[in-house]
Amino acid sequence: MKEFSTLIGGRAGDGINSAGFLVAQLFNRMGYSVYSYFDYPSLIKGGHNFSLVRACEKKIGAHRSRCDFVLALNQDSVDLHPDMITGDTVVVYDSYKARYENGVPVDIDTILAEEKAPVVMGNSCIIGAFACAAGIPWETLEEVFRRHIPKSLDLNLKVARRGYDVAKPGTPVPRLPGKAVPLLTGNEAIGLGLIQGGMDAYVAYPMTPTSNVLHFLAGVQGEIGISVVHPENEIGVIMMALGFAYAGKKTAVGTSGGGFCLMTEGFSLSGMSEVPVVVVLGQRTGPSTGLPTYTAQSELFFALHAGQGEFPRLVVAPGDVEQAAELSAIAVQISWNCQVPAIILVDKTLCEGTYSYAEDMVQVPRLSAPDEPAAEPYQRYALTASGVSPMRFPPVQGSMIKVNGYAHDDDGITTEDADLTIRMMEKRGRKGATLANEVGKLDAVRVFGNPDSPDVLLCWGSNKGVCSEVGGELGLRVVQPLVLWPFPEEQFRNAIKGSSRIISVEDNSTGQLAILLSRFGIGVDHQILRYDGRPFAVDELSARVKEVVSHG
Amino acid sequence: MAEETFITGAQNTWCPGCGNFSIEFALKNVLAGLEKDGIARENIVLVGGIGCHAKIADYLGINSFYSIHGRTFPVATGIKLANPDLHVICCAGDGDAYAEGLDHLIFAAKRNVDITAIIHDNRVYGLTTGQYTPTSYMGFKGKSTPLGSFEEPFNPMELMLCSGATYIARGYTKKMDSLQRVIREGIHHRGFSFVEVLQICATYNNMTEYYKPRVYDLEGHDPSDFERACGKIREWDYNRDARIGLGVFYQVDKPTFGEHLREKEPLGGKDRESAIAKILESKS
Repeated sequence: MKEFSTLIGGRAGDGINSAGFLVAQLFNRMGYSVYSYFDYPSLIKGGHNFSLVRACEKKIGAHRSRCDFVLALNQDSVDLHPDMITGDTVVVYDSYKARYENGVPVDIDTILAEEKAPVVMGNSCIIGAFACAAGIPWETLEEVFRRHIPKSLDLNLKVARRGYDVAKPGTPVPRLPGKAVPLLTGNEAIGLGLIQGGMDAYVAYPMTPTSNVLHFLAGVQGEIGISVVHPENEIGVIMMALGFAYAGKKTAVGTSGGGFCLMTEGFSLSGMSEVPVVVVLGQRTGPSTGLPTYTAQSELFFALHAGQGEFPRLVVAPGDVEQAAELSAIAVQISWNCQVPAIILVDKTLCEGTYSYAEDMVQVPRLSAPDEPAAEPYQRYALTASGVSPMRFPPVQGSMIKVNGYAHDDDGITTEDADLTIRMMEKRGRKGATLANEVGKLDAVRVFGNPDSPDVLLCWGSNKGVCSEVGGELGLRVVQPLVLWPFPEEQFRNAIKGSSRIISVEDNSTGQLAILLSRFGIGVDHQILRYDGRPFAVDELSARVKEVVSHG
Repeated sequence: MAEETFITGAQNTWCPGCGNFSIEFALKNVLAGLEKDGIARENIVLVGGIGCHAKIADYLGINSFYSIHGRTFPVATGIKLANPDLHVICCAGDGDAYAEGLDHLIFAAKRNVDITAIIHDNRVYGLTTGQYTPTSYMGFKGKSTPLGSFEEPFNPMELMLCSGATYIARGYTKKMDSLQRVIREGIHHRGFSFVEVLQICATYNNMTEYYKPRVYDLEGHDPSDFERACGKIREWDYNRDARIGLGVFYQVDKPTFGEHLREKEPLGGKDRESAIAKILESKS
């Protein structure tokens, strides 16, 4: 199988993320499917940033721990990754800032000075040298630059050409028949999915790893026709979202665990008032501020239990960009149709990872609300069989539309009556059943790899990428629940039917999905847990799984 | 429509003599007047916080969002942005607006969002049975401060002036005419209208005897003059003894939040699909 892995490293401020994107686009135009992981500390200038770009013949969603190419804009890019560099690795380096024996030196400083180019264009220069060393045609680079460099294109091209000319062509990366496809980050895919699901407004306060959902949607708000607002804090965010929804606008918010802590009172209000909201919850390493720019899957229980009291909610956990788009679109619709809060539970690896996007794999269903006709006079909390009351939005002549976070009657007026309290609790409970029924219509549990294998490799969220590849390699059955609540028990039992061993992979220290499964009497036999904030490389996980499988 | 229909059948549980009755009465009259002027009741939304004041959401027969403690303003802002044709009125208490949700109040003023804030300022927590609030006078003996509070109150009107509110007025629950006037004008004002209402708490903080000789109607005051407004607002600081002005202290015209959103309607169906196709094309 043809595949190439490339590491681009430098200091924060060197434009490593965009350099990684450009390298990914080069491989995209060479016909490869790509996946890119961006690793950076929480600072603005300095430190060590790196992008790992893996390009492959087949669709992938994980990186490897060996590199074919290294683009070093600092010495750390070589020194901090000894395991990734082998004798075959081609190291292209900035000869002013780094040294590497038998590498490809590029005198970026001199080139930039001669071309009167700013320091940040060093990445264009080294990409030029890399393209030559990788045997990527100049025309391909030029096309990528033209499409994706918005500013100072000519100067960037000039600097890249100088880099291209100083490098020696190595063994060329073969061109594959695949066509260039969109490259999306998980955050962008979520944003697109929300739009496809019919979202009207997005409200968020910036927080890694979901800030780029806000940036992306703010950037396209004009062409899509949505409102995007950045209020004073996360409490303001969720309350403003509920205001939008009360007035008839499907609304989503985005945050990470810390911000969601502030939102939980509003989240519970959504449950009680039946005013829907979708929360994009991007996990990072906790507790507290933790590792702000690194990954985790430690908020599953938080998502399941957030908010005081009991109320139905939807929790979905996409694992790649196609699932992110599809499930985001579904979450907007189900949340609105069933009038419940929904959480799109993602993690830094997916949010800020870049993937080749296969549009044809995304099927956005058009879902409709339970058919409950409104009676007159209008009652916001009319009791119905599905538990879902017809929603109206002001202004409606002759209708008084009252929503309420207190226990309330059918009209939305506060009550402390015991019988009414029971009736309304049971009405919301019926919505939970309606919601579970909606989830039952979805393909809520996916199986990859060898469906007949007795060994199940179980994962959720972004680990889908690495697990499906490792499971495929080792001939295991890979099972990924896409909906975590209401838990699709029947679909899950079908997915693991006939298996004799379940090995779970999670980015947390307690095995939260395994604990969730134990509620249903489903036992996990082995847990592979990681909680250092870093995603598994394919080779790393493969070794861990082999160990479990062979030693049982 | 008869104004009686502005009151729902919900059982009223305010204490006898509560100042909230006056605010409810004033607001009901203002709404009836608006309806006569062509602003139909379905175009009004009332947002309440949590506290004695917020029961007004149950009692007034209009659209309402009975929110949580301190969080009226962001809800109201969302409603206004979603549908700029609605008139959105926030009823918030002093604990609500000045303690739990002060950040939202300041930002609503800063944005000059076109909503009306009516603050039921009885200078005590009533529903939690008598604790000091941000506007209680220094030395207030409440259940949480049996030795007297050690904090000076802040002047909410001064806070609103420096935060960007474009309409700042004060009413008093025992002066019905001026109370109705400042509420009505506040609703008509384009921008963030802040109506501070001195309210009697009949059970925990009945200041009738204190207010009675001190309140007076502002006369000959130019509300468009920031410096004069500032001076007038500082005449009484909610702590030391002074005359207490009632009426409009400050009013200016400024662009409101979300005006630019007005022309835009969400694209549906095909349009959205082609916009998405364009975005995807740019990412390849």
